[in-house]
Amino acid sequence: MDKVNIGAVITTPGSALNYKTGSWRTLKPVLDEAKCKFCNICWQLCPDSAIEQADAKAKKPIKIDYDYCKGCGICVQECPFNALEMVEEEK
Amino acid sequence: MGVKQVVKGNFATAVAAKLARVDVVPAYPITPSTLFPEQISTYIANGEMDAELLLTESEHSAMSAAIGASASGARVATATASQGLKLMSEMLFIASGMRLPIVTAVGNRALSAPINIWCDHQDTIAERDSGWLQFYAENNQNALDLMLMAFKISEDRRVLLPSMVGLDAFVLTHTMEGVDVPLQEEVDEFLPPYKPVYTLDVKNPMTFGSFGTPAHYMEFKYQQWEAMENAQKVIDEVFSEFYEKFGRKYEKVSEYRTDDADIIILTMGSMSGTARAAVDSMREKGIKVGAAKLTVFRPFPFREIKDLSRKAKVLAVADRNISFGFGGAVFAEIAGALINEKEKPMLIDFIIGLGGRDITQEDFYKIAEISKDAIDKGKVEKMVHWINLREVQ
Repeated sequence: MDKVNIGAVITTPGSALNYKTGSWRTLKPVLDEAKCKFCNICWQLCPDSAIEQADAKAKKPIKIDYDYCKGCGICVQECPFNALEMVEEEK
Repeated sequence: MGVKQVVKGNFATAVAAKLARVDVVPAYPITPSTLFPEQISTYIANGEMDAELLLTESEHSAMSAAIGASASGARVATATASQGLKLMSEMLFIASGMRLPIVTAVGNRALSAPINIWCDHQDTIAERDSGWLQFYAENNQNALDLMLMAFKISEDRRVLLPSMVGLDAFVLTHTMEGVDVPLQEEVDEFLPPYKPVYTLDVKNPMTFGSFGTPAHYMEFKYQQWEAMENAQKVIDEVFSEFYEKFGRKYEKVSEYRTDDADIIILTMGSMSGTARAAVDSMREKGIKVGAAKLTVFRPFPFREIKDLSRKAKVLAVADRNISFGFGGAVFAEIAGALINEKEKPMLIDFIIGLGGRDITQEDFYKIAEISKDAIDKGKVEKMVHWINLREVQ
């Protein structure tokens, strides 16, 4: 029998990393890297920490972590530069 | 030994919380339990109690705060009643599911509508399935003692479930009675500090209140079921340890003049003393009647009820609650407990004392009369009776 802690307490911090939850998605945000101005607004507003921060000095645009992105579209809605668009997830 | 004081029921539960060295009391006042947080506040202001009193904006918040405080390893108590317990209801299930040994005193009060502030057991009975242990006090001494024992039972590693201690609205909460208040050193010996299995700690982060998918949810519920089963034994152990230390005897089911009884009247809470007085009066007239009192409702004392059931021809259950479409909850539990017994008494349910209607000896005479009629006829013609009901149209 599996051991489960009483009260469903999880004693290992960060264990959510063991589970990929991106498969729930039906639409996904896709970045046009040339349009990214490294403002990080999408990074701030992503409810799931599924966006890696852009680095303005290194001219490194944001990156979407599709293992966790649920496809909510907030980043697409909020990007001031239309650098992101929602596209249908391929099955 | 302790100090004899003449106190109200709410004082008895508050002094128990003080003696238990409770760390956090999140509270929202509601009649008839308001004197509990008032008394805690007085203790803290006087420097008699080292605790945090959190005055929240609702009972839902009070129980939420209790959950957070308990998860951080604090010993937590609160008090509520009636509509307040209903507003807590969502969080009650979370407290038990997270296995947090919070103790709540409930001034048992009727539920709206119509609004009513007086006694019945509907509020706690409606939380029967919340995963909390349930104790019912007959008097203020019971309220104090059960509150103290509730911490010890709830915090036992074999249990780790929250407890509610019911004390009847006004009949106990606001009535002065002589109570033996134990000394602090006696309580300290009886009740060691709470040692949680897991605690919220920034240096050692853990996830509390996690997601339980279909792959695991049932196992967590099974653990709660097992803990409640374990509580049967732990309650007996704690009752017996309490008796050795303080000399006051507690039983899940206490019997009175039941040995040669044809009829046993089963009660819960403050009506139990009236039932025993009625038994004495009826015994003088030669009626073979006894009384029994249920102190523990969850976990349900199956073994004790089975033993009791073998002693009488009729088990008459006085229910200060009503489950519409069925009958009284205590009656329902007893019927369930006896279902596989080869020999069982006739069971009759009596709905009594709702919304603070006085329960008198005459009510118990009536119950005995109806029970006697069933014995004479050899059958129960009507399963649920309402006692002392006015004729209404």
